[in-house]
Amino acid sequence: MERNEIRIKEKIAENTYSFWFYHPEIAKHFSAGQFLILRVVKEGERIPLTIADVDIEKKLVRIIFQVVGETTYLLSKLNVNDIILDVLGPLGHGFEIPDGTKSVLLVGGGLGIAPLFPKIKEISINHKLKADVILGARSKDLFILVDEISKIASNVYLFTDDGSSGHKGLVTDGINFAISNNNKYDFCIAIGPILMMKAVTELTKKLNIPTYVSLNPIMIDGTGMCGGCRFLYGNEVKFACVDGPVFNAFKVNFDDLIQRNRQYREQECQLFKGDK
Amino acid sequence: MRVEPKMQDPEIRINNFEEVNLGYTEEEAIAEAQRCRLCGACVKGCPVGIDIPAFVNSIAKGKFRQAIDIIRQFSVLPAVCGRVCPQENQCEKECILSRKGEPINIGALERFVADRFNEKEKFDIPKIGKSAGIIGSGPAGLTAAYELRKAGFDVTIYESLHAAGGVLRYGIPNFRLPDKIIDREIDYLLSLGVKIQLNFLVGKTVYINELLEIHNGLLITTGAGLPSRLNVPGENGVGVFLANEFLTRINLMHAYDFPLYHTPIKKFTRVIVVGGGNVAMDSARVARRLGADVTIVYRREEEDMPARKEERLHAKEEGIKFMTLANPVEILLDEYKNVKGIKLEKMKVAGKGLDGRNKIEGTLEYFTLDADAVITAIGQTPNRIIQENVKGLNFDSHGRVIVDENLRTSLNRVWAAGDIVTGAATVILAMGEAKRAAADMIKTL
Ligand SMILES: Cc1cc2nc3c(=O)[nH]c(=O)nc-3n(C[C@H](O)[C@H](O)[C@H](O)COP(=O)(O)OP(=O)(O)OC[C@H]3O[C@@H](n4cnc5c(N)ncnc54)[C@H](O)[C@@H]3O)c2cc1C
Ligand SMILES: Cc1cc2nc3c(=O)[nH]c(=O)nc-3n(C[C@H](O)[C@H](O)[C@H](O)COP(=O)(O)OP(=O)(O)OC[C@H]3O[C@@H](n4cnc5c(N)ncnc54)[C@H](O)[C@@H]3O)c2cc1C
Ligand code: SF4
Ligand code: SF4
Ligand code: FES
Repeated sequence: MERNEIRIKEKIAENTYSFWFYHPEIAKHFSAGQFLILRVVKEGERIPLTIADVDIEKKLVRIIFQVVGETTYLLSKLNVNDIILDVLGPLGHGFEIPDGTKSVLLVGGGLGIAPLFPKIKEISINHKLKADVILGARSKDLFILVDEISKIASNVYLFTDDGSSGHKGLVTDGINFAISNNNKYDFCIAIGPILMMKAVTELTKKLNIPTYVSLNPIMIDGTGMCGGCRFLYGNEVKFACVDGPVFNAFKVNFDDLIQRNRQYREQECQLFKGDK
Repeated sequence: MRVEPKMQDPEIRINNFEEVNLGYTEEEAIAEAQRCRLCGACVKGCPVGIDIPAFVNSIAKGKFRQAIDIIRQFSVLPAVCGRVCPQENQCEKECILSRKGEPINIGALERFVADRFNEKEKFDIPKIGKSAGIIGSGPAGLTAAYELRKAGFDVTIYESLHAAGGVLRYGIPNFRLPDKIIDREIDYLLSLGVKIQLNFLVGKTVYINELLEIHNGLLITTGAGLPSRLNVPGENGVGVFLANEFLTRINLMHAYDFPLYHTPIKKFTRVIVVGGGNVAMDSARVARRLGADVTIVYRREEEDMPARKEERLHAKEEGIKFMTLANPVEILLDEYKNVKGIKLEKMKVAGKGLDGRNKIEGTLEYFTLDADAVITAIGQTPNRIIQENVKGLNFDSHGRVIVDENLRTSLNRVWAAGDIVTGAATVILAMGEAKRAAADMIKTL
């Protein structure tokens, strides 16, 4: 089998796909929290995707992605037996829950549920911690991985903006809800759109729950060479690709990140005009 | 009189990414070569010691094939070095004719014969049953691969990017060094049986100890790719680039050809480039080609700029302004965090430093320039992935891998060469070191 050959392709929600492809080195060296960078065509952009899971025996690597622009669109058109042109990984650092943690709150919003998934799996299966999960999406048909997560996590609370599935509300409402149910948490991991992570961080800061987030700035090389992924962390400038991508949320300057991430909005829209 | 190769007209070239220097015709090359006194004073200026009088003499006699064969005994990338060596500080500086201001145009002659002979020497590669791994495919890695392969090693180069060539590929723009020149050199290595494993970040995709299990020896040539930052307020603003990002988008990802290529770059109207080296010149000239009005700001005098003379000249011809004795203290941003200008401190000369360059000091007088983008090109330090992921590898406080006189590192069976050892330097120095490292590997492995 060739490296980067797609073995399993599934559509798991509207515009959302799960691929398993063959890559022995990534499967072997992966730890939860890491990501990869891929390219689909020779004119193509390099885009980062979280490594959602690995199968060490079969040497397979899983990615879950949503079609939002040109590259993810081209990727979604690949099929089983096709080869992804370039895949580089695993990149960044894995992330470990601090020792002594007893109860964790895992918050995933929208597509952030994909990068949260390996963490949920690791914590629920290996650590035997109490891990409650709050998942949010705009509406029911945009939820991903809910069944898989429900199988492994103890408590899963669903929240949708329009109330079409689970409770009506945002994930921050979910956190308040979980806590009002007499749950106590000494650690939180939140992954989702930057605005969501920012809102969760403001809340958990008030609640005094240490919180980590996985950041998604625009990246090119993913190896610390270009500095495109830099952002403000406390008073320091960090490169998300090599220093992260998981960081202590209380030190992340979310506004800085939001500004930097909208740099190419105009060109991205010019390139991709929806399913053609 | 020194014969200068023809150049693309500045008015035209600022609208394209084609090579600026068009190279010699046969007659021009012969005429230039015939000026040579064959004295050999220049050889000590060449870091790889090319027998310059011999090859120049061959060109003078019209024996071009002989000329390239001579060069190839010393250098594997003459088409590259002929284009990018800072000749005025190396071979041409030592040329006896430089006293009259007209040294032999050694670089242009080297390029002329290298371009002429596409097909390269084929030779029998001995079978020695040994294998070498090279980490990084810049000029150092490519040079070492050639030397080791010639000696019979099975050679695999591991490269983290999706294309080989290092800075030659992602840093130096096509108008100075076209992709096809790099492709040609790499194709040649492949034809000799060198393997290049792209998309392999050593320290993440595979570890050094794993590579040591499958190779007899390893050479680290991972370069100095980590950009230094200005450390002034505003440097995270939208429109502030570290030169590496700007150049990578253009050179590696072909953003200038957007939307045919999918990586975007914004078109700016007024760009400030901070720095005075080749990286600054390249960034400025790229920004100019994207249609911007460009000013280079440098804190010392122009004579102190480390950039090649030819690049400075070409930049000026292309309408790029130079503002010297100006040091950035803040990048000014609007309410949306977009760049709107840069605040600079006027500097003044305060005597000469030990290196012969002007020393400067601040005047506490400030002024601002309008801009919608700022590109900083103030230096690069060694890539860190290797250092952070390999136990027992010693490196200094600048992140440079420490080596002995044979370029051996603190790890058994592991050598290092190029920018990762010296810090950001030049193509030919990286090649020279790689050659020495390869020689020691051949001897000891
Ligand atoms: C470390 C990291 C991990 C990621 N993991 C995943 C993942 O597991 N699954 C997944 O679907 N996506 C993930 N992303 C986001 C993913 O990289 C982007 O969706 C992708 O780059 C879009 O490329 P495109 O060419 O399809 O769209 P583009 O045309 O580049 O962009 C289309 C839209 O997506 C937005 N966008 C572009 N780049 C990013 C980005 N880096 N982050 C967020 N939004 C972006 C744009 O603003 C635009 O609105 C991750 C990003 C990072 C940095
Ligand atoms: C914009 C620019 C312009 C320049 N102009 C000139 C010029 O005109 N003349 C001149 O002489 N010099 C110039 N230089 C300097 C010159 O390019 C460098 O000195 C030279 O390329 C160093 O060669 P190297 O092989 O040591 O490293 P590099 O060329 O940096 O190559 C290192 C390679 O290693 C790869 N790598 C890094 N880490 C890993 C890892 N962990 N695993 C796998 N691969 C890895 C990198 O992706 C890269 O491809 C310029 C530099 C820049 C940036
Ligand atoms: S390799 Fe560089 S320094 Fe040596 S002769 Fe050629 S141009 Fe001059
Ligand atoms: S020093 Fe000048 S004149 Fe003498 S051999 Fe070298 S190139 Fe020719
Ligand atoms: S993506 Fe280039 S430095 Fe992080």
